[in-house]
Amino acid sequence: MALDRELVGRSYPPSPVYEVGRGKIAEFATAVGDDDPVYRDPAAARSAGHPDVIAPPTFAIALTLEAANVVLGDPQVSLDYSRVVHGEQRFTHHRPIRAGDRLVATTTIEAVRSVAGNDMLTTRVDVATEAGEPVCSATSMLVARGTA
Amino acid sequence: MSRLAAADVAVGTELPEQVFPVTRADLVRYAGASGDFNPIHWNERVATEVGLPGVIAHGMLTMALAARVVTRWAGDPGALVEYHVRFGRPVLVPDDGVGGEVTVRGRVAALSDDGRARVDLTVTSRGDKVLSLARAIVALT
Repeated sequence: MALDRELVGRSYPPSPVYEVGRGKIAEFATAVGDDDPVYRDPAAARSAGHPDVIAPPTFAIALTLEAANVVLGDPQVSLDYSRVVHGEQRFTHHRPIRAGDRLVATTTIEAVRSVAGNDMLTTRVDVATEAGEPVCSATSMLVARGTA
Repeated sequence: MSRLAAADVAVGTELPEQVFPVTRADLVRYAGASGDFNPIHWNERVATEVGLPGVIAHGMLTMALAARVVTRWAGDPGALVEYHVRFGRPVLVPDDGVGGEVTVRGRVAALSDDGRARVDLTVTSRGDKVLSLARAIVALT
């Protein structure tokens, strides 16, 4: 079943606050095999000009994946999730995520398309501090194969 | 390390190639760190039931490995201001004591007046291209 084009632009309420810890950043850096000290050592991060340890460039997915789940719960979004694959991903960073950040994620449906029987859903998750400072945006395009 | 200067970069500059081995243990660790527990990344039975040749790496792990080539070159991970990939073929990670691999090459494709370099990445696994339109924008000093 094709996705309703009227979904484009729909925004969902912001996520609960996600507090970024040094331990979580180090865990993620280890999981992607990166031993850069700016991910672990506050002194190294400060000498590189950051107030605290920063997160690797794709770290935001650890909160945006969860935040974008709000779309799955929308009864008007008819996507067969058993057939969904991740088609594209984009990150736009206003500044690096860093330890101590208290972040909220707001999800918006950016585009829906149907091509050759495949439904494509693009969501954008805007990540900002609790105080409203924009930090990054994560845009994901999901493809549900052969659901039309 | 300090951030790379625009004066030291030209269109055509090649980034050092890196080859990343990927094992099942790496996939389990990435699942835990990212919160993506889709069983196609750790369960052979589920992976083959949905038509895959076997367990595959998280696309987001491949994306993260490719970013390492850019951030190491740039000297500061905070320099990577925009990053986009399209996922093509999967990275197979067999349970054979060896696992899979991801090979990443990069080249500066454009340089803007405000000191931003566009790096185009070529990301392959066992010779097959696994990401397409993989591009990073790096803010140089």
